[in-house]
Amino acid sequence: MLQLLTPSGDVLGEPPLSVDLTRRLYRAMVYVRTFDRKCAALQKQGRLATYAPFEGQEAAQVGSAAPLDPEDWMVASYRDAAAMWMQGYPWELLIAWRTGDERGGRPPEHVSVLPPSITVGGHMLHAVGLAWSARHFGEERIAITYFGDGATSEGDFHEAMNLAAVYGLGVVFFCQNNQYAISMPRTAQTRSETIAEKAIAYGMPGVQVDGNDLFAVFTATAEAIDRARAGDGPTLIEAVTYRLGPHTTSDDPSRYREESEVEQWRRRDPLERVRIFLSERDAWTPEWQERLETEASTEIERAVELAEGMDGLGPARIFEAMFDELPPHLVDQRAEALRSVGQ
Amino acid sequence: MTTTTERKLTTQKAIAEAIAQEMEADDSVFVMGEDVGVYGGIFGATEGLLDRFGPDRVMDTPISETGFIGAGIGAAINGMRPIVELMFVDFFGVCMDQIYNNMAKIHYFSGGNVKVPMVLTTACGGGYSDAGQHSQTLWGMFAHLPGMKVVVPSNPYDAKGLMISAIRDDNPVVYMFHKGVLGLGWMTPNPRAIGPVPEEPYTVPIGKAAVAREGSDVTVVTVGLTVHRALDAAETLADKGISAEVIDLRSLVPLDREAIVESVKKTHRLLVVDEDYRSFGMTGEVVATAVEGAFDYLDAPPLRVAVPDVPIPYSRPLEQFVLPDADKIVAGVETLMAG
Ligand SMILES: Cc1ncc(C[n+]2csc(CCOP(=O)(O)OP(=O)(O)O)c2C)c(N)n1
Repeated sequence: MLQLLTPSGDVLGEPPLSVDLTRRLYRAMVYVRTFDRKCAALQKQGRLATYAPFEGQEAAQVGSAAPLDPEDWMVASYRDAAAMWMQGYPWELLIAWRTGDERGGRPPEHVSVLPPSITVGGHMLHAVGLAWSARHFGEERIAITYFGDGATSEGDFHEAMNLAAVYGLGVVFFCQNNQYAISMPRTAQTRSETIAEKAIAYGMPGVQVDGNDLFAVFTATAEAIDRARAGDGPTLIEAVTYRLGPHTTSDDPSRYREESEVEQWRRRDPLERVRIFLSERDAWTPEWQERLETEASTEIERAVELAEGMDGLGPARIFEAMFDELPPHLVDQRAEALRSVGQ
Repeated sequence: MTTTTERKLTTQKAIAEAIAQEMEADDSVFVMGEDVGVYGGIFGATEGLLDRFGPDRVMDTPISETGFIGAGIGAAINGMRPIVELMFVDFFGVCMDQIYNNMAKIHYFSGGNVKVPMVLTTACGGGYSDAGQHSQTLWGMFAHLPGMKVVVPSNPYDAKGLMISAIRDDNPVVYMFHKGVLGLGWMTPNPRAIGPVPEEPYTVPIGKAAVAREGSDVTVVTVGLTVHRALDAAETLADKGISAEVIDLRSLVPLDREAIVESVKKTHRLLVVDEDYRSFGMTGEVVATAVEGAFDYLDAPPLRVAVPDVPIPYSRPLEQFVLPDADKIVAGVETLMAG
């Protein structure tokens, strides 16, 4: 397993990132953690529907998205808001989508991020098609797709891996092995010793990294991206990490795991080791931390206001969002539905 | 005077009890699916079974729906009676080949010789803001495809009896439970989700509808959670002097066409209510049944209340806008009575 920054903040070898870039990515991790906690709180207040928290996986998402070019495609799952934000998806749309407003699923122009996948696994295949079409158009873009350890049991994963390898496409398969798929532990999900080793069967490189180590994640993903961009085909990366929170806000993890296990992983917090690294280089102070947290809260509060302030999605919209042009049966159904509510 | 206290259970507990009793009685019955063991099923349909029967008979599976449904078929062919849970019916997409090209057709393709005595259980339905890939009912689609029986209980008594029938049936049975009828603590409280359930095993026949409420002015045919909505509507209608008969289909395959035709012959009016998409679904089939069997008795063209042909919206108010409810049923009946 590739590790470059230990939980106690020691760098193994030369630091792969400048202090300046490390500070920027640390800042991003503080922002996404603030976002994540805010969303969990909003859900409790009934202002968001179900929410899938990613606390503990910040380094995996921030570190893997950081080396992407802005035009690279990203296809992620429900738990990957941090990676999506890194690739340009605005907070307010990430929030709007989670309030149940489908307009949140429409990326702004020049943001190459698809709406997140809810069924486990299907989206990985889209990354294959995105990379294939990029090659067809002679574009430099690659595609990265995010998924969990559980998703590797779906046929879709294996078919996507095989297709990408067969056609030598520029896809980065980024697995966040957060140890659980709802109640199913990673060890019961697959008998493969690592998820990374599944790459061998498809004829592509597979790398296992400490997913709570920003440096290792960044380094491995940057290499995979370079390989993809150079036309040398796909890579599978397994980021070993941990979901500190519940599967979603309607899950109760005490039904399937011990608090002591969670505590162990808290000690491997992805932010803390970067904080120590920076602090030892006089690049972190408590004041800066406080400022970051305040700025992050303000920015996210503002996004919540924007999302909640979007004018209500009228009932007619659900029909109009269906097709390019509204077909006759939906014209009728829209009229009937609106009549029923006196419109 | 003797008083008997009837034992009451939620629908969820009734399902789990039915499975437990059949597992007790027949060791070829086993359960598999995602989170059915330690978790007891995301909706509690397999609650307590792992502790009682152990991991060989209550198998938590990897997220491989094609894999474990296909394996269930194999085990069924070799004489076991698998109960295989597809966590949400919405996920059928990843495993439909096993369901409709294999589970449903092997009997036919073997000239009626190879039996697949398997129960495919699955949670369906919306109303709790879980968006368009977690809120569909889709039973019309399963009922459309030949080779599977399809049952949809609406209350604890039927849930237990239909589960036992499904397990004992020698054919593949798709057992679809609406999340809203289960009586789960975290859903909107539903008094109709709890009711008397005998402790001993019993069966409810597959293919027989139930008259959930007798009436004489109009027939409301429905299934699943909308049975509760229709019963609520019938109370409102009674106050307005309209007597509505509510038919709970309970099974879509086989469909109890006789019950539909008989009721329509009595009331002369038909409203079909369905939490499935409107087009090409159960509502059309029931209307056709009434037209074929009781055309001369109809005093008004049948009406339907169903989900329009759009995905279930994530937004709470928009979701409520598309789902059938008691008000829409009352309005539908009033339109029929005026016609
Ligand atoms: C096709 C499909 N099957 C099952 C589910 C239900 N489900 C949602 S998330 C999940 C676990 C996914 O685990 P993993 O891939 O490890 O990702 P994580 O949630 O841990 O990030 C399951 C089984 C689903 N959404 N889609």
